Amino acid sequence: MKESAIEFFTSRFNINLSEIGQLLSTALSKGGDYADLYFEYRISNSVMLDEQLVKSASKSISQGVGVRVNAGEKTGYAYTDEISLESIKRAALTAAYIAQSAKEQTTPINVTALANKHNLYAVAEPLSEISASHKIELVKEVDQLARNFDKRIREVQAMFADEYKIVMIATSEGVLAGDVQPLSRFGISCIADEDGNLQMGRAGGGGRSGMELFQTELTPKRLAEEAARQAIINLEAVDAPAGAMEVVLGPGWPGILLHEAVGHGLEADFNRKKTSAFADLLGQRVASELCTIVDDGTIPNRRGSLNIDDEGNPTTSTVLIEKGILKGFINDKLNARLLGVPYTGNGRRESYQHIPMPRMTNTFMLAGTESTEDIIRSVKRGIYAVQFGGGQVDITNGKFVFSTSEAYLIEDGKITAPVKGATLIGNGPDALTKVTAVGNDMALDHGIGTCGKDGQSVPVGVGLPTIKISEMTVGGTKS
Amino acid sequence: MKNTKDFAVSLVKAAMNKGASAAEVMVVEGSEFSVGVRLGEIEKLKDSASQHLGLRVLWEGRQAALSTSDFSREALDRLVQEAVELAQMTSVDDQLCLPDEADYAKDWPDLALYDSELATLATNKKIDLALAVETSAKNTDPRIVNFDGGGFDAACRGVIMANSAGFVGSYEATACSLAIVPIASENGSMQQDYWYDNKRKFNQLESAESIGRQAANRALRKLGGRKVKTQQVPVVFDQRVAASLLGDIFQAISGDSIMRKSSFLVGKLEEKIASDLLTIIDDGRIAGALGSRPFDSDGLPTQRTEVVKNGQLNSYLLNTYTAKKLGLKSTANASRGLSGPPTVTCNNFFIAAGKSSPKEIISSVKTGFFVTDLMGFGVNIVTGDYSRGASGIWIENGELTFPVEEVTIAGNLKEMLKQIEMVGSDLDFRDRISAPTLKIEKMIISGE
Repeated sequence: MKESAIEFFTSRFNINLSEIGQLLSTALSKGGDYADLYFEYRISNSVMLDEQLVKSASKSISQGVGVRVNAGEKTGYAYTDEISLESIKRAALTAAYIAQSAKEQTTPINVTALANKHNLYAVAEPLSEISASHKIELVKEVDQLARNFDKRIREVQAMFADEYKIVMIATSEGVLAGDVQPLSRFGISCIADEDGNLQMGRAGGGGRSGMELFQTELTPKRLAEEAARQAIINLEAVDAPAGAMEVVLGPGWPGILLHEAVGHGLEADFNRKKTSAFADLLGQRVASELCTIVDDGTIPNRRGSLNIDDEGNPTTSTVLIEKGILKGFINDKLNARLLGVPYTGNGRRESYQHIPMPRMTNTFMLAGTESTEDIIRSVKRGIYAVQFGGGQVDITNGKFVFSTSEAYLIEDGKITAPVKGATLIGNGPDALTKVTAVGNDMALDHGIGTCGKDGQSVPVGVGLPTIKISEMTVGGTKS
Repeated sequence: MKNTKDFAVSLVKAAMNKGASAAEVMVVEGSEFSVGVRLGEIEKLKDSASQHLGLRVLWEGRQAALSTSDFSREALDRLVQEAVELAQMTSVDDQLCLPDEADYAKDWPDLALYDSELATLATNKKIDLALAVETSAKNTDPRIVNFDGGGFDAACRGVIMANSAGFVGSYEATACSLAIVPIASENGSMQQDYWYDNKRKFNQLESAESIGRQAANRALRKLGGRKVKTQQVPVVFDQRVAASLLGDIFQAISGDSIMRKSSFLVGKLEEKIASDLLTIIDDGRIAGALGSRPFDSDGLPTQRTEVVKNGQLNSYLLNTYTAKKLGLKSTANASRGLSGPPTVTCNNFFIAAGKSSPKEIISSVKTGFFVTDLMGFGVNIVTGDYSRGASGIWIENGELTFPVEEVTIAGNLKEMLKQIEMVGSDLDFRDRISAPTLKIEKMIISGE
C-alpha cells in the first residue's frame, strides 16, 4: 500500500478535509467540549490446522466510522459501517445528543493532517498481501516439527493470523492523523499422550512486522518445539503445592503479573472515579525499591505498540512506579483533561464501534542485577513459574490472579519436579513490596497478549526479568 | 429487517456459479443501545446499527469462510472470488459436508424471541431505568459510596441463513439487560460487586429496585474480607459461580474439544462421570429464553438434549462436522463466527434444579467455604485440573460468618463432579448458562 492512511480514506470514500471539519461541527452542534471521528478499515486473515489438515482459511473485511462527543464527564457515541457523508452525519447527530444544550452551536473546525512522530512498524511487504498458501506452509511445517520432537505428541493445533488495519482520526482540536497498523500472531498447542495421561503445551508469538519475524526469532521450529517440550514436561507434573510460599517468576510473559497487579489499577479512569485501590496512593510505596515499572507504547514492532493511540495522539513511555514509589497513571484525553494532567497517549478502543478508554500498551519492569542461578539458589521452598495462561484483577479491592502453565518446585535452592497448573493470587498495592530480587534478564513476551476491559479487547505486551517474590499464595492441591 | 432472504440466496448462487461445491451465507444485522450512569447522571450513551455477512464455501472437500461489512456489489463479487480461491488452498477433509436435506429445519414455532415493545422503547425510558437501578443501590445503605459501572443495554438482531442445499431461514430477536456495580466502603477499604438481569422482553426484567438492592447487599457483605489458612473443606458454589463451573463443563463436552481429544471427558459416553444428583440439559427451544433459536448455524432444528442424566454422560454437544467425525448425530449446537468454520456452542445450558434449598445446603456444612466470586482462567479442560482465585463467606456450624478474600480453591473436575453432594432448588434463568447452588464435598483452599 503506497498511499498514506489519510489518502486511503479521503480518496476511497470521497471525503475531503473540509467535509471532515463540518462533520466535527455537526458532532458539536448541541454543545460539548470535544468530538472525534475514528475511521477504520481492517482486513483479517487466518489459516488453521488440526489433525494434520488445514481445515480452514478465513478472511474478514470490516470498515466503519465511530463518532464521539464529550460533554464534561459524559460521552455520546454512535457508529456506522457505511462510510459516507450522510451516514456519518447521522451518527454525529446521534452522538451529539449527549450534550443537550438548548441552542444550536456552530463551531467551525479545520483539521490539519499531521505526520506521525513515531514510525514503529513500517513493513515493506505486509502479511495481508502475502498469499495464504505461504502461511499454510508454516502451519504444516509446525505440525511436522512438533510431532518429530517426540512421538508422544498426539495432537497439534496451529493458527496463523494476520491483520492489516488502516485508521484515520479527526478531532475537534484540529488534528487529523492516520496510521497503518499490521499485526500478526502464530499460535501452536500440542497434546501429549502417555498411556492415557494427556497434557497440553502452548507456544506462540507475533508482532507488528513482516514475514521476517517468523524467519528469524519466531521460526516454526522454535515455536513447535517449545509447545511440544512443554506438553512433554507436563506429563511428569506432580500436584502443585498449596499455601503461601516463595515464588520465582521467569522472564517475559510472566510479566502478566504486572499487568494484573498494578497495570489495570493504574488506569486513570478508575483513579479519577476513585474506584481503584490505587486511587489515593500517588507518591506512596507500592513496591520494593528494586521495582521500576513502565508502560511504553513506543517500542518498535511490538504487538502492544502504536504510532498513535486511538485518539490520534503519539504514544509515550510512562513511568508508573519508580523504585517502588507510585509515580503516575496512564490516561486518555477525557481523563487527562478532567484530572488536569499531561496526556500519556493511552486512549485505545477495540474498533470503530467502541468508546476509547485508558488501556495499557507494553507494560514491563526494568532489569536488575542478579543472575537467575543466584535467585533460584536463594529459595528454600517455593515454585519457579516460567509460563502462564491468563489473569484477572478486581481493581477495587486490588486482588489479582494469574495461572501457571509451566512451573517447577524449588527445593533447597534446586529446581526439581514440574508441577500441575496453579493459580497465584495476591493484592496489587502490596504484592510487589515483596519482590526481594530482580534479575538481569529482562525480556518482553513474544507477542501473545490480549487485554480485556469493559467488553473491549486490545493487543498488549508485557515484560519482566526473573524476579523473586518472598511470599505469594499458590493455589495448588497439595498442602 | 433491511436485508432479505433473496439477497442471501442470490449470494449462494453467485458462489455456486463460481464453481463452489456447496455454499452457505449468513447475514446478521443488528442495532445496539447502551446507557451507562454514574452518580445520578448519564455517563455514556451509545446508539448504532450495523450489518455483517459471512460466506462459507466448500470446494471438492475443502473449505474457506469469509466475511465483510461492505455489501456493495463490487465488494461482494470480490468476496465470492476470494472465497473460491482460498478454499482451493486448504486440505481435503473427508468429513466436510453440509447436512442432509432431510435434516434441515422445515418450520418452527414462534419462540418469542422478539419484543416489539423493546425495539421501539423511548430513549428516556431506558435512561430512567438505568438511573433507577443506581438510585436503588445507593439508597440501600450509606456505605454504598461509589459505582464502577452500571446501566441499561438493549439490542435487536436479525439473522438470515441460506445454503446451496436449499435451506433458507430467518429470525429476529431482542435482548436487554439492567446491571449495577456498587462500591461499598468502610474503614478505608473498598469492595465492589454486581447484580443484573438479562431478558428478551422488557417487561420481564427484574425490577430496578430489586437489582439495585441485591447488588448493594452483595458489595456490603464483602467488607472486612480476610484470608483463611490453607485447608481442605467442603465448598458451596452460589448460582453465579456454579454457572461458571457449568461453563467449564460445557468446554469439556463440546464436540470441538472431544474431536481434538482435548477434554477429560473423551471416551466417557454412557459412563457415570458425576454424582447421581447431577442432570445437565441443553435446550434451544425454550420460549423467550436467551439461548433459544429456531435453527442452529448448520440450519438444523434446535432441540432438547440430555447431556448428563443422574450423573451419567449421555451426550456431547455437537454440530454437523464434529458429529460426523465422532460417528454420532448432530445435536444442533452449531455456531458461526462470521468468518471461520462452524464451531459448537450451547443454547440454553443448565443444571436441573435439585431438591435442597440454599439454606439447607449452607446448614449442612460444619466448616466450609461459600464461594460467591471466582477469578482467573486456571481450568485445564484436557486434564481437569482446576485452580481459581475465590472470594465468598466462611461457613461455621451451618451459618454464614465472615467474608473471605485473596484465597484460591483447587481440585480436579473429574473428582469435583463426582463429589457434588447437594444440588439447590434455586435455578433461575438470567443467562444462557444457568445453575443452582451446589455443594462439593471437598476442595483445597490456599490462603495463609
